[in-house]
Order: sequence, then structure tokens, then C-alpha cells
Amino acid sequence: MPAVTMTTPAPSGAGNFLRPQTPRHLLGLEGMSRAELLEILQDAQRYRDLLDGPGIAVRELEGVTVCNAFFEGSTRTRISFELSEERLGATTVSFSSIDSSTAKGESLLDTLRVIQSMRVDLLVVRHASSGACAFLARHLEAGVINGGDGQHEHPTQGLLDLLTLRQVWQGWFEGRRIAIVGDISHSRVARSAIHGLRSMGTDVTVTGPPTLLPIGIEELGVSVAPTVEDAMRGADAVMGLRLQRERMEQGLLASPGEYSRVWGINAARVELMKPEAVVLHPGPVNRGVELASDVMDGPRSVIFEQVTNGVAVRCAVLKRCAAAMGLPGGRGAL
Amino acid sequence: MSRRIVIRDARHWRTGEAIDVAIENGAIVEVKPSGTGSDGLDARGAVLAPGLMDPHVHLREPGQAGKETIETGTHAAGAGGFTSVACMPNTNPVVDSPAWVEWVLRRAAEAGFCRVHPIAAVTVGQKGEQLADLAALAAAGAVAFSDDGLPVMSAETMRRALEYARPTGRPIVCHEEDLTLRGRGHMNEGPTATRLGIRGIPAAAESVMVWRDVELAALTGGRLHLAHLSCAGSFEGLRAAKRRGLAVTGETCPHYWMLTDEAVGDYDTYAKMNPPLRSARDREATIDAIVDGTIDCLATDHAPHTVEDKRQPFDQAPFGIVGLETALALTITGLVKPGHVSLARAIELWTEGPRRVFGLPEVKLAAGSPADLVLFDPAAEWTVDPPRFQTKGRNTPFTGWRLQGLVLATWCGGKATWAAPEWKPGLAQLSAR
Repeated sequence: MPAVTMTTPAPSGAGNFLRPQTPRHLLGLEGMSRAELLEILQDAQRYRDLLDGPGIAVRELEGVTVCNAFFEGSTRTRISFELSEERLGATTVSFSSIDSSTAKGESLLDTLRVIQSMRVDLLVVRHASSGACAFLARHLEAGVINGGDGQHEHPTQGLLDLLTLRQVWQGWFEGRRIAIVGDISHSRVARSAIHGLRSMGTDVTVTGPPTLLPIGIEELGVSVAPTVEDAMRGADAVMGLRLQRERMEQGLLASPGEYSRVWGINAARVELMKPEAVVLHPGPVNRGVELASDVMDGPRSVIFEQVTNGVAVRCAVLKRCAAAMGLPGGRGAL
Repeated sequence: MSRRIVIRDARHWRTGEAIDVAIENGAIVEVKPSGTGSDGLDARGAVLAPGLMDPHVHLREPGQAGKETIETGTHAAGAGGFTSVACMPNTNPVVDSPAWVEWVLRRAAEAGFCRVHPIAAVTVGQKGEQLADLAALAAAGAVAFSDDGLPVMSAETMRRALEYARPTGRPIVCHEEDLTLRGRGHMNEGPTATRLGIRGIPAAAESVMVWRDVELAALTGGRLHLAHLSCAGSFEGLRAAKRRGLAVTGETCPHYWMLTDEAVGDYDTYAKMNPPLRSARDREATIDAIVDGTIDCLATDHAPHTVEDKRQPFDQAPFGIVGLETALALTITGLVKPGHVSLARAIELWTEGPRRVFGLPEVKLAAGSPADLVLFDPAAEWTVDPPRFQTKGRNTPFTGWRLQGLVLATWCGGKATWAAPEWKPGLAQLSAR
């Protein structure tokens, strides 16, 4: 049967699927080149060194206004962004949906148009809908930084994972392999990590209960291992993913105990990796479920390093977006 | 009182012969081989066919006039070459009583640009519980019954509906979807959904219900019509029902043979409908089911929404796309031009096919038949430009597409309901009454 062939022209604007991936936004790591990632990581490392030093204020974004718009609960990501903005000297405001006008029936787009009208330059957005940040970026003038959109991406988390691995791997991403274990289906952390690591040349193996492995995940350039042992054996790092209780209520899993026995990252399984391999987790951790307590507190864990790197990465991302917009503080400062 | 008009030098949709057709008093009065005369409207060899029928549209009235009205929806139908549509009852309020059926018919008679055949709800309020007054609804003019959009999840209720509707001779039209399998899904389950982080709807959510209802049709001897089928498993179910000689028919829509779920791209809400765009394999299966005769008729599932409805994050935007004004061109571009079916067969699927499903009399290109006609140029190319649509909806994934097959004029009961700007004789000249 002959294929139906026809020219598909560029979207004319009636649809809304133009990809607004420009440096003024950070919507995801999908499609970012190795060079772009490296540039961000190098700047993030500079911030990390500054933040570790005595003079903690960096003040490179004075005169820039940032709003952290969180439509979904968050503790660490929000604090991390707020601290980054403070360190950079930006004017910063935050809100969560609990006290927002969205509860009064205003559309998401209108809510953020109102905020933008108060001369806000950059919006950090977390939202439960996948694609919410790309949607906003299409319709707003402000730069949009994705603080986690549904099950799509969490690019600053992906970047802090990369920064952490860059430090422990001494800058060598090629020839390395990471295992990502757990709820791949619902994880924006996994998607950002996969895109970022694949761009850097690292092999990625994912594994988890079949009910939590999404169909077609191989098309993102990863291999799928049948067991956690297969995934971790000989790996250079393992990333555990948070397991939400909701998955058991949804009938996707049996019990936390069974999950821990079959898929948990424990000391014996860590021994299957290379001797210098590390353990990552985006947090918050369910101790004893996806990660054994002794592993979390053990020498292989870089979980708290990840958190520290998070502030540095977010400084680099905020500055990159501000610079792309030609904002006062963002211009020329390096 | 009535003016006689002659359409001269048209091409007969089935035989390909050059014909002259005379219309008077809303009916065709003469069809003869083209002569040498120069009176009447010169069709210049364009194809003349019976007006198309769309068995599945959402006209949104009563209650959702911001999205569409019976006037704008049927105007779009006229522009698309349709002279009949069957409209779904998932309005506000639901068309589940004879009074609302009559209201829809009256609005259509007052403001409509085509014949409107209401489909009434199967259950009261489309709640899937208590049967609506199916006999009274049929007597009021409902051509079928459907809880479209809200599938009847109880197999027992569906069984009773099929039995109870049997004496009316009208089909139960099923939007096949197991709501537990769909869960919170918003697009087809597959690699694109995985990349976008959108919860998937497996094709099996549709096909398991197709197989269930085929079994219930066998149990009851009821008349079942499967709406907007989109996947290989569903076509297999329909094929099996036909092999068993059951009174089961089925339809599919242009977007299922034109597109796959990759069209969602980066969260394009104009590519979001239910059933969702499926895999490449399902798209091929759709074409196969049309070619081998499994599919009885085509439908648009025309579902207009406002720009604001669709200007939301993907998982918050409603399902549905418009289709009336692109249907014929998508059929010619996607089915006829690549050689899957002949033009005559394609037209049958939009004319005799749906009429047979609802037991409506055939519309013929012959003296004595109502002058429900469409004149179109199957070779003309045009570009889809939603601001030029007659529907209020702009929600189409085909914006900017170059398609082949242009509707030049449409007559419904002898009254001209559409004249393309590209065609010289204006609307005023076309009317026979």
C-alpha cells in the first residue's frame, strides 16, 4: 500500500506547537547540545566555587526581577531557586497556588500575564501539567524556567545531576554508564537526566517494575534492563527515583516492602557497580524503600552534594536566561 | 414562483459522464447527457454528487453556543459539501427528551444550512444508568441513540439498551472507551506520550469495548454502530462481527488515516481528540479497513472549541477538532489520490454509507430525488486557513496544509447553501427557489 505523502508545512500559528527553546527560556534538556550543556556546567562550577568561598553574595543579577510561581508543592526546589536569586542579588517574589487567583477561576495564562505585567523578567514555574512551561513560554514575553512540569522534565535537576557527575567523573562523561532505577513513567527527573546524559555521551540503562516503565522509552536512547542487578552491574553511577505512595493506590505496585526487596538500592547491589561508582537521588528519599538507609548515609552517596550543586546550577541558569534577554544585570557580567 | 436552474456540463460522480441537471421546487427534475446549450450554470466538468452526510458532529446547541451553534455548524457543513448531519446529544442540557429533539429540529429548520438528524442520549443525562425514553425519542425524530463521549460502562445497561432499542430499528452509536483503562490519559500511549510525559491512553481502551459490545450485539440481536474507530484492534472486532453476520456497523474519521500521535509534536492541543491519534500501524490499519469494506461510512467527529478552551496546558485542554470543512479534501488527498479507493467509493462512504447506517432513504442523482447536491473540483488545491472557516472552531491540526479537492457549491433541497469564493456564479444565482 503506498504511503500517504504530503508536505506538512510549518505551523502557521493557529496551532500551538512551536518549540520556543531559546536561551531566554529553559524548558527542558531535550535537544540541548553538549556544547550548550558544558557552557552551563562550567558557569555552574564557577558559582559553586564562589558559593563555597568566603564572600557568598555574587550580585550578578541586580535589577532583575524573578517570580517563583509554584503551582505544585515543593520545598527543596523552591528554596534552592530562592537562594540562588538572593545570592545573585535579584529582586525575587514567590507564590504557591494555594494563595493564588487560579483558585478563583483565572486561567493559568492570565495569572502569569498579570504577574508579567508587574515587570517581572523571569518566571520560574512548577506545574502539574506536562508541557505547562513550554505553553507559557509561547504566550509570554518573560523568560520561563521550568521548575518541573508534570512528568515531562525538571531541567535544573538534570543539570545538577550532570554537575555532580562531572565532579565525581572528573569531567569524563563518555564511556560511562549510569543506571536509573524505579518509577520511570512518572519521573520528570528521569527524563531530564536521560536527555542530558545522552547529549554528554553517557550510556543510560533504566530499570524498574514493568508497570512503571513507559512504552517506547528506548526511543530516548536508553537501554532497558530486566532487573536492578542487571542494570547496576558494572555501572559508574546509579540514580534512584522517588517512589510515591500513590502508585500503590493506583494498583501499579504491590507493597513498599516488595518494592524494596526487588528494586531497592541496597549495599549488596551497590557492590555490583564499579568501585568508585556513586549513588544519586533527587529526594525526598523514602528511606528503606527505594534506597537503603546505610546506602544513603554511606560513602558512595552524593545526595547532599547534589543539593549544594543545585544552588550553583540555578545561578547559572538564571544568569543565562537573563543574559539572553539582555537584562541589565545579565548583560556582560561573567 | 419557483425558478428552474440547470447545472450544465457537470461530471457524474459515479459514471463520469458529462451531464446537465435541472432543479426545480427543491427536487431534481431532469438528468440528461450534456447538450450543446449554453443556458444555466457552467460546471466546467466539475464533479456533481449527492450531498454528503456526516453521521457524527457536535453542533454544541443547546448550551454551548460559544463553541458552535446549529447555524454556524450547519453553515460549515454546507461549506464542506454536506447536506445532512447527525448531531450528538452531549450538549447542555443533554438531548435525552423528545422536547429537546424537537427543539434541535426546529432550530435547524429555522437557521440551518443542511438537514439535521438528532441523535438522542441512550441514558438519562448520559449518566449510564436509567434508559432514556428511546421509543418516544425515535418518534420525535432521533435517528439513533448515543452517550457519545461518556461511554456506557455497565455491560448490563448496554445490553438492555440494545434490546430495548430494537423495535425502533435505530442503532445505538457507541463511543468505545473503557474509562478504567483510559485512566487520566490524554493522548495515545506510545513513544511520543513517553517523551512528552503525557499519560497515555492505550489502544486497548477502545478495542476491549468494541469486542464487549460486539458480544452484546450477538446476545441481543440489537443494532450497533461503532463510532470513530481509530485502532487495529477495533477494526478486527468490527471485521469479526461482520463475519458472524451481526447487525454491527462502524465509522472512522479523516484524522485517523492522515495523522499519527507524532502530530501532537510539542503539546499541540489542536491535535488532541478522543479517541486520540494512534500509531503508524493503526493508521495503516485504518486505511486497510476502509479499503476492504470493514468500514461502512466516514465521519468527522466535528468538535468545535473556543480558542480559550484549547489555549491551556495539554492535559487541561478539552478533546476534539473541527472537521466539516476539510473532510472531503482530506478524503481525496489521503485516500483517493494515493489510490486506496476510487473517487466513487469515497463518495459512497460519505453518502450511501451513513444513510444506510441510520436507515435513511438513498439520495440519488436522478429525477424525483431531493436536490441535495455537491459540486466539487477533485483536482483543485487549496490551503487550510481556519480564519476562513464557517464553523466557530479553529481547532484543526491541518492548518496550513495544502489539500486537494475543493467544494464549489452545495445545494440542500434545491437551495444553494454554499458557493466557494473561487467559483464565479455567486450564491444568489444558484438558488432554485
